[in-house]
Amino acid sequence: MSTHIQTPPETDATPATPDVVIQVEDVTLGYGSTLIQQGLDFVIHSGDVFIIMGGSGCGKSTVMRALTGLLAPQQGRILLHDQSLWESSEEARVQLLRKIGVMYQSGALWSSMTLEENVALPLEQYTRLSRQQICELAEYKLALVGLADFGDYYPGQISGGMRKRVGVARAMALDPDILFFDEPSAGLDPLSARRLDDLILELRDSLGTTMVVITHDLDSLFLIGDDAVFLDAETRTLLTSGNPKQLRDHSEIAEVRAFLRRGEP
Amino acid sequence: MDAVTPPASVEPELRPPSIALGEDRPEAIELRLAGHWRLDQRIPPLSDAAALIDRALARSPTQTSDHASDQTPDQDRPLRFETSELLDWDSALVTFVAGIDRLCHARALQCDHDALPHGLRRLLEMARNIPPAPEQETHDRGPGFVTRIGLDLADLVRSTGEIMAFFGEGAIAVRHFLAGRARYRKSELWVIIQESGADALPIISLVSFLVGMILGYIGDQQLAQFGARIFVADLVGLATVIQMGALITGIVLAGRTGAAFAARIGTMQVNEEIDALRTFGIPPMEFLVLPRMLALILMTPLLTLYADLLGILGGLFVGTVVGGVSLTAYLIQTQAAIGWNHIIQGLISATVYGAIVAASGCLRGMQCGRSAAAVGEATTSAVVTAIVFIVIAAAVLTVIFNAIGLSG
Repeated sequence: MSTHIQTPPETDATPATPDVVIQVEDVTLGYGSTLIQQGLDFVIHSGDVFIIMGGSGCGKSTVMRALTGLLAPQQGRILLHDQSLWESSEEARVQLLRKIGVMYQSGALWSSMTLEENVALPLEQYTRLSRQQICELAEYKLALVGLADFGDYYPGQISGGMRKRVGVARAMALDPDILFFDEPSAGLDPLSARRLDDLILELRDSLGTTMVVITHDLDSLFLIGDDAVFLDAETRTLLTSGNPKQLRDHSEIAEVRAFLRRGEP
Repeated sequence: MDAVTPPASVEPELRPPSIALGEDRPEAIELRLAGHWRLDQRIPPLSDAAALIDRALARSPTQTSDHASDQTPDQDRPLRFETSELLDWDSALVTFVAGIDRLCHARALQCDHDALPHGLRRLLEMARNIPPAPEQETHDRGPGFVTRIGLDLADLVRSTGEIMAFFGEGAIAVRHFLAGRARYRKSELWVIIQESGADALPIISLVSFLVGMILGYIGDQQLAQFGARIFVADLVGLATVIQMGALITGIVLAGRTGAAFAARIGTMQVNEEIDALRTFGIPPMEFLVLPRMLALILMTPLLTLYADLLGILGGLFVGTVVGGVSLTAYLIQTQAAIGWNHIIQGLISATVYGAIVAASGCLRGMQCGRSAAAVGEATTSAVVTAIVFIVIAAAVLTVIFNAIGLSG
């Protein structure tokens, strides 16, 4: 098995070029003594759809937890807009995290609130808008994801695909610069999964939001991915990075080719 | 050797599975599989196969010596299967052949699968190609006694740390609340107040009225011997107001509301809802725990007053109906017995119990793991923690009240 790490093409841009939104520098992640990933090094460019891929159990979701402020790395730095996420004070981190939105795998909607209240809560907490304005904004965000008339429903009353869409609407509530998606197509039928992909692309094109997508859905990552990193479960390292289609056609690493070509070597 | 032939009379289409040695050949040991090797049949034990193989190995030298070639060591003769009479097979045969593989391996014999059905060979291959589980420091027989004590101790230290962190974060949340900056929804606070307060009235009514009656009966029986039945009013009134009302309320709330808090917050943990709050910079401590603490600290004393009233009514019922004391006399006696100091003791206790119930419910909910079983454990643990600490607090408070002369 090759542990050769292909140097990512972006490495020439190590000092913060203006369009880099996230820099991950030599990050090691783990829970206690369990190592999840080590020596992670990559940058995410503004306006890209950035894919974090790899087989089950390789630590994709853990990487997302570190990038979204839920898990401190054991080593290394994560820079969000040139500010270190984990070396900042609690207050500064909260400020930094307001620039990101997260759609969780199951939607993670607050089950005791209606869909509109779910989208409205971040606005209530962080803005001085009036009740009326917040309602209008929440309705508008729900309309963006195609659920304009569902504001009064509770999360338990709608389908899984709709819940994910509301998750997107809530993640966008504060107009973040970066949106994270944890396995957007997991548990969806192919059609709903493609609709979610279209939504991601449309939002990126219209709002210029950087999208970080964790997925192992090949159709999806070829369709939307501009740039990607491939995490390996065995060596617990980043195996390669680059455009998914190019990795599929030109990667020298057998695992990556096998993954992206549905198992052919 | 011949295979055991089944009696032809019963079910001619199903032949029990059998195993036998085939004709002795110099180049291989032959195992003959015949019949229906299916899970619904009586599969021969693997020891039969072992015995057959050993027999073949034992007699081989004499047989092979007849042969023109030089004596071949047994190990060079592979084991082969003969399956012309194998009528049907399923995973029963797969596991059996896998067992024979192991036997051969132990005897350094080659096991030749070529004669086996193609599908069976593939299944064997698949089972063999399972990648080994990722290496972990596995304790094969579980940790030993000393290790377990060490692990438990480490666990205790860690959970103490978690509890400390919980109360630390709680203190920060209270500071934010007092400064009016806490992030919680007032509407949710009212809902929790209703759920934990007003909705608990029926069960509190029932329990405290009945406990009042029980105290009344016991008191009445004893006091009747001294002709002092009127003092049932003192006994029930004081016991209820000082301790029983608060204790009943605390324990009912622990089972009713503390469990609900733990289950609710635990489920939110499972659904990543807590993560979602955190990424929005909303501290779950302020958003979820603070309103619950507030609700119970406000509602437990009120519910306790209500429980006191119902408890006294329960005593009154027994005192007047069974003890024959007149209604007015009972009420006047009760009024004379109970002072403000007693009521205050009860209310202070109630506030402490309310805080204990809310804290243990929320703490266990926040500590909850990410599975349905973890939610169950969190709920159980919340109720147990709350009741244990309520009883401890009751004892400590009684001592304190006595020491400062409040109970006089």
